[in-house]
Amino acid sequence: MEPLCCFPDPLPESVVAALAATGAPYRVVADATAAERDEPEEGWGGAVVVATGDPDAAYGVCRVLRKRDNPVAPILLVVAPAHLGDLTTRRELFDDFCVASSVPAELGARLDLLVSAGGEEPRHEVIAYGPLALNLETYQAVVDGRPLDLTYMEYELLRFLAAHPGKVFTREVLLSRVWGYEYFGGARTVDVHVRRLRAKLGEEHASLIETVRSVGYRFGKARWRP
Amino acid sequence: MQSQREYVLKTVEERGVGFVQCWFTDVLGIPKTLNISPAELESALDEGMTFDGSAIDGFSRVQESDVIARPDPKTFQILPFRSAGRAVARVFCDIENLDGTPFEGDPRYVLRRQLERAHDAGYRFFAAPELEYFYFADADPKSGPRPLDHGSYFELTVADLATDLRKTTVLTLEEMGIPVEYAQHEDAPSQHEIDLRYTDALTMADTVMTVRLVVKEVAQERGVHASFMPKPLAGVQGSGMHTHFSLFREGRNAFFDPGDPRGLSETARRFIAGLLVHAPELTAVTNQWVNSYKRLVAGYEAPVYVSWAYNNRSALVRVPAVKANKAESTRIEYRAPDPACNPYLTFAVVLAAGMRGIEAGYELPAEADTNLFAMTPAQTAAAGIRPLPRTLDEAVSAMERSDLVADALGEHVFTWFIRNKRTEWEEYTRVVTPYELERYLPAL
Repeated sequence: MEPLCCFPDPLPESVVAALAATGAPYRVVADATAAERDEPEEGWGGAVVVATGDPDAAYGVCRVLRKRDNPVAPILLVVAPAHLGDLTTRRELFDDFCVASSVPAELGARLDLLVSAGGEEPRHEVIAYGPLALNLETYQAVVDGRPLDLTYMEYELLRFLAAHPGKVFTREVLLSRVWGYEYFGGARTVDVHVRRLRAKLGEEHASLIETVRSVGYRFGKARWRP
Repeated sequence: MQSQREYVLKTVEERGVGFVQCWFTDVLGIPKTLNISPAELESALDEGMTFDGSAIDGFSRVQESDVIARPDPKTFQILPFRSAGRAVARVFCDIENLDGTPFEGDPRYVLRRQLERAHDAGYRFFAAPELEYFYFADADPKSGPRPLDHGSYFELTVADLATDLRKTTVLTLEEMGIPVEYAQHEDAPSQHEIDLRYTDALTMADTVMTVRLVVKEVAQERGVHASFMPKPLAGVQGSGMHTHFSLFREGRNAFFDPGDPRGLSETARRFIAGLLVHAPELTAVTNQWVNSYKRLVAGYEAPVYVSWAYNNRSALVRVPAVKANKAESTRIEYRAPDPACNPYLTFAVVLAAGMRGIEAGYELPAEADTNLFAMTPAQTAAAGIRPLPRTLDEAVSAMERSDLVADALGEHVFTWFIRNKRTEWEEYTRVVTPYELERYLPAL
């Protein structure tokens, strides 16, 4: 499975021990920015957010994980007893919760549930968004039913973007996640490939990939508008 | 690598590709292909294809004539043309020796090696060419080049045909992921221009090969002939391939300096200086045919003198103005190349000259802000402005003396190229031209 996103850094020892017992991979993030930046290519497998130290920062991490078309799930929130009242107004931010003072076995049991839920998630074989569909089995992409003749890297870039609709990526992030390392072009390679993809998508659908000024690129509509 | 291979094989299967064209380029920039069936593709990807190189210009060697063409799966692309109702795909190949080392006669390798040198110095090299060409009624040398929109050939339908060719060409290129600006010329009959958006120089050299092929193919489907010949018609503009170049370092445009009033960095100045110092040596590569030098004459917006300027279309190197918020597009334009060059070798020697300028710290001479075509040879000489080679013969001689070009092309390509071009010039000197017959036969 994909790693769990765990907050804060460092994690309380009890959580580290419980995670180790499940055997699930995880990465620790220090803040909401890191939760976005350090996300693996295939997305987080879920999250364990400990809100006992800095509840506001913890809710911030949850929001970042939820704030897109394919929200990260499941999220286990660990709260202090004094903050249980917060939960009623934050129902969107977690799937399960655990009181920090509960017996260690409870945390372990809830983590097991979390890990198995995350692991059961079916792997999508088709990514569809509006007129676009990508078949991950056959590597074929169609727009309005018309097959796109993509090169390998164009396909990989489109697949990555389409798997994270509404999310903005910088050129550097796209370069490292899609190419790994590009010898001759560097980060400008991303611009070149976006241009090529837009040309192939055709005028009508070129705007599926939007340029976010002085940031990077976003596939599809921004989900949260001002 | 494994997933690229998988992608290619799956796509061929899914899309019912009938055959795959494996493209490479001879030393003169003429496209070559080995066509293989889908059944042969897997082993071609894994082991490459062995073939006899002795029939390919610049590929012959004394010891061993076999070479291996190894497809670069990153360049796999379904072509917009079908053959016998089946899809056709292309993939660019790198050429290797039988022991798997890069073959020194492969132009793609020549450029790659030069890019690697620049990369070692921290630079990435980008190119954006503008290809000019003509549409003619046919390719028959006997009837001479007949422009579509000039003579009597297509009188009623010329406008429709030109619009149609333009539309089809743009759409076809875009289907192949090549976004273009397309312009029709006012100055020469039936002349057109395709401007390509920048990419890294290796991708761009591949793209130039593709564009030349697509333009010709689209024209042929409509029963006309597209030609990238540098100067097909006397008395009107020839076809150039002005190319915009830039260097990037650590993700930033190395040609841009916010502290300079014109935004031009020291690196850019030295790069230009390198181009100017070595321009005569590069010309045999950037302008490789006898006919190329019929274009490089005064009066047709083609460069004749070794000079640079911010905004002077008679200069060899031009520095286009850049909008204040577009600093990343700071670039220089090298105006000598013509579209019948080998783009791999052209980009390689331009980069080598520019890098020499940077590494040796060449000083940039003063800008040529007057119209050089209006100056007499005495005036240009007094101003220290050298002419570009005026014939292929002069150009090859300048190249022969160049350690820079020898180093950039490598010994194999360098010596083959000079020998080939000497022969071309010898053949040309033996021809009695229509010019001579018209002038001399009645009078002498």
